[in-house]
Amino acid sequence: MTFRFDGRTYNGFAGDTLASALLANGVRLFGRSFKYHRPRGVLTAGSEEPNALVELGDGAWREPNTRATVTELFEGLSARSQNRWPTLGVDLGAVNGLLAPFIAAGFYYKTFMWPAAFWEKVYEPLIRHAAGLGRASEHADPDDYEKAHAFCDVLVVGGGPAGLAAALAAGRSGARVLLCDEDFRFGGRLNGDRCQIDDGPGGLWAEQAEAELRALPNVQLLGRTTVFGVYDGQTYGALERVTDHLGAVPGLPRQRLWKIVARRTVLAAGAIERSIAFGGNDRPGVMMASAVRTYVNRFGVAPGRTGVVFTCNDNGWSTAFDLAEAGLASPTIVDARTAPARHLLERAAALGVRVILGAQVVDTAGAKALRSVTVALGDGHATTLPADLLAVAGGWNPTLALSNHLGARPVWRSDLEAFAPGPLPPGMTAAGAANGAFTLAAALRGGAAAGAEAACACGHKVVAHDAPRADDEPSASSALWHVAASRAKAFIDFQHDVTVDDIVLAEREGYRSVEHLKRYTTLGMATDQGKMANVAGLAIMAALTDRSIPEVGVTTARPPYTPVAIGAFGGPHRGPAFRPTRLTASHDWARAQGAVFVETGLWLRPQWYARPGETDWLQSVCREVTAVRSAVGVCDVSTLGKIDVQGPDAAAFLDRVYINTFSALPVGKARYGVMLRDDGIVFDDGTTARLGPEHFVMTTTTANAARVMQHLEHARQVSWPDLDVQLASITEQWAQYAVAGPRARQLLEAMLDDAIALSDEAFPYLACGEFAWRGMTVRLFRVSFSGELAYELAVPARHGRAVLQALMQAGAPMGVTPYGTEALAVLRIEKGHVAGPELNGTTTAADLGLGRMMARKKDFIGRTLAGRPGLVDPARPALVGLTAVNPAARLRSGAHLLKTGEKPSLEADQGYLTSVAYSPTLERWLALALVAGGRERMGERLTAHDPLRGPDIEVEICSPVFVDPEGARLHA
Amino acid sequence: MRIPCPFCGDRDVSEFAYLGDAGVVRPFPDAADAGERVFESVYLRDNPRGRHAELWYHASGCRGWLRVDRDTATHEVASAVLTRAPSL
Ligand SMILES: [Zn+2]
Repeated sequence: MTFRFDGRTYNGFAGDTLASALLANGVRLFGRSFKYHRPRGVLTAGSEEPNALVELGDGAWREPNTRATVTELFEGLSARSQNRWPTLGVDLGAVNGLLAPFIAAGFYYKTFMWPAAFWEKVYEPLIRHAAGLGRASEHADPDDYEKAHAFCDVLVVGGGPAGLAAALAAGRSGARVLLCDEDFRFGGRLNGDRCQIDDGPGGLWAEQAEAELRALPNVQLLGRTTVFGVYDGQTYGALERVTDHLGAVPGLPRQRLWKIVARRTVLAAGAIERSIAFGGNDRPGVMMASAVRTYVNRFGVAPGRTGVVFTCNDNGWSTAFDLAEAGLASPTIVDARTAPARHLLERAAALGVRVILGAQVVDTAGAKALRSVTVALGDGHATTLPADLLAVAGGWNPTLALSNHLGARPVWRSDLEAFAPGPLPPGMTAAGAANGAFTLAAALRGGAAAGAEAACACGHKVVAHDAPRADDEPSASSALWHVAASRAKAFIDFQHDVTVDDIVLAEREGYRSVEHLKRYTTLGMATDQGKMANVAGLAIMAALTDRSIPEVGVTTARPPYTPVAIGAFGGPHRGPAFRPTRLTASHDWARAQGAVFVETGLWLRPQWYARPGETDWLQSVCREVTAVRSAVGVCDVSTLGKIDVQGPDAAAFLDRVYINTFSALPVGKARYGVMLRDDGIVFDDGTTARLGPEHFVMTTTTANAARVMQHLEHARQVSWPDLDVQLASITEQWAQYAVAGPRARQLLEAMLDDAIALSDEAFPYLACGEFAWRGMTVRLFRVSFSGELAYELAVPARHGRAVLQALMQAGAPMGVTPYGTEALAVLRIEKGHVAGPELNGTTTAADLGLGRMMARKKDFIGRTLAGRPGLVDPARPALVGLTAVNPAARLRSGAHLLKTGEKPSLEADQGYLTSVAYSPTLERWLALALVAGGRERMGERLTAHDPLRGPDIEVEICSPVFVDPEGARLHA
Repeated sequence: MRIPCPFCGDRDVSEFAYLGDAGVVRPFPDAADAGERVFESVYLRDNPRGRHAELWYHASGCRGWLRVDRDTATHEVASAVLTRAPSL
């Protein structure tokens, strides 16, 4: 495979990571460090990598801070080093290294304190240019993401020896098992270590285990999948990298976000090898000992030719042995201990590995790559060894993040010199290295036991299998966190450039608590979340303050374990798919008529119908309003919430939820109703019709339909469970059309023939009826929002479009015109009807002029608090109408009202304009407004003040009913 | 978090709407101190750490109002019952 790094083309193999492929090509320098611009190479072979961060991809696809150690190589991969200028080799920012004394921990707080004005103009741009990691693409994320849900008996996190053993034990019992591993190859350390299971290599055992698991129908394996978070209810978040290793594949998402609900979980996340803080421990060529083994054994890459291994435990020696057996030039072991086990010494002798005991690496040298290592010998002398590879083995930290996501803290195990899981989240058990079981045999045993126990707990019968045979010899270790004799910079947090000296400084300045330490030094706050740094930082602070490590404490671990793109959390819910869209039955018809749609709630409603030749929305809206006032118009009102209320107590129920009385409403009549919240403020309004003694149909506003349903169910189920009443939402089941205008009756008579008598005597204002027409059930309500003679015709939704077309056909001779929500709003403002801007969650029924609707002789929701002094104050803002004194002036909703000549201030505020429209009927702008004590101020002139959009306008207070105040049109 | 709806089974919390303290009883409206008691029931709610009886509405399910006994610190749900027995 060919790929590019910093513009150069290289070759690699399938199965490589970007890191292994670059190492194989002799590349040692991967990037520059965050603060000091120090040259950095590859430190690890896993997701904990703090150094080898690159920008992957180009243009909108550019992804910063991608860890080369887990980036699977694919044909055409393109990556760049980051935080260097102008080039990786010649980096002028490295001068920061010389300024190091000024940019130690806490430098933000001290160096740039004064003068304050310098911060924004000088310091911040300077620091932003000099410090940092990769650059964001600054484009919209071009990739597709997907979401998936999984349910299982046993979730196994990690596919190393413990995880594979757990999945096998649970899977063989028949339990539904989900095994996730962040790597693209199952096996964990078995891929990187030379080891034996039963009589074969560990890697072969892993392949066989994977094959057996793949053959089990009740087991699902998710490779390239990181379980990144633990949530309540045994819910886990996981990210599957579906095509990151393929480049873009049409039809497949880049990544898939899994929400997994697992009855039991086995945490087999393994362990992370820790570094040792010595001078120059960040130089390219310094690498974790386990990572060296992985590059040699798994990838067949020689990370160096002249190797030194610096260790404080037996485990590190295997790196030297693997290097020697791979035929790489004889390595040297520097062990801080004086008397390691004899079998190690014998094997080293047999392989020709040089051993230096009781010694420590104190410094390294080399410009852009390691050239030599300085070792302090036990006798007080020092020696310098040529080396292009230094493998560091500081012991192991169990990978515990997931065990702490619900707030539990890990416990210190002095036998392991490491933190081990404390109390685990419900349903979780830990196994293998994550549980502090560091030998291969213990990992296999613990994994199998945990898997079996988890399957048992889910009701499955487990058949005992012989545990595989493997090495059970613990690695003797003597923890070494810090080489005290080092003078040069010794790094703890590589990604944030935090050194031992920074921790010493934090201690000296009193930042000794773990939370202070973290914030003062930024230890563990980089994108790697301190996977390699946190415990070492605690250990050094413990030593400085003469406390034990657990006494220093631990910081809280939070999801995600590794970075997750925001796009993955958003998934497909972006752009038009951000929310569902609801369409009415006649949507396609409206579109064909030139409708411009507006979102209301989730619905798309025609806002106006643009006719050919119309250049301006106002032109279309005025035409529609005039058509309604002079002839007849049709408006789709299907989106109003519709609730069917039935039962012997239906009327009593409505009496309690509405401020006015419905029990006295005769069958065949409709009534306008207002609901309050418990606190006495208006909640919603609409008309409710009585179709039978125990049968009502309620309408709600479009926006509140779901909330009203919840409110009514609360009243029915919680407040008054003794009432015999049932509710059903029928919004979707009925299409509904308003037919409004002086010719509305004529139109309906023409269309409905003799199905119903429509004379004013037979079907007066607020009449309702249900009847059959052309084989369907039809409901007709004589209600009006426009103030015109008007009806609402409801039909089963599947007939909606046909009925609307029939209305248009029957109405053609009368000049019928479809109208949208804008004309609807103009008509209701002309008539002084309240809507959303007035039902705004701060107004009472009395504020809106509806106070007299409140029945005095019954209880209803909100009654008590509607009567409190603050809500009956006559000075409260009340609904009024407003016109501009200059008829040509344009009013703006949201403008505030002031007494003429007053300066604008909160105290001087008299109220504000809630709804504004241009009235083609009156040929001027009209407004509804809430004005303090407004009903007593008819005729008063005020100033409408809108500092954002326009000049002050003189207005006059009037009745909110501008058109037909006597209701002659309504009752025609 | 999941809530075991007695009607629908174990369901994700995203299907539910939260109201609060299930111990709030709507005061008798004609009592002499009704104003005071309604004020308390509307505004003065307990918000304890630990076990709490709460009202949840299964908005994207059966539309049932549930009385859920939940630990507000651990989100552990001890029980969930319908406030009104289904009439069918
Ligand atoms: Zn339910």
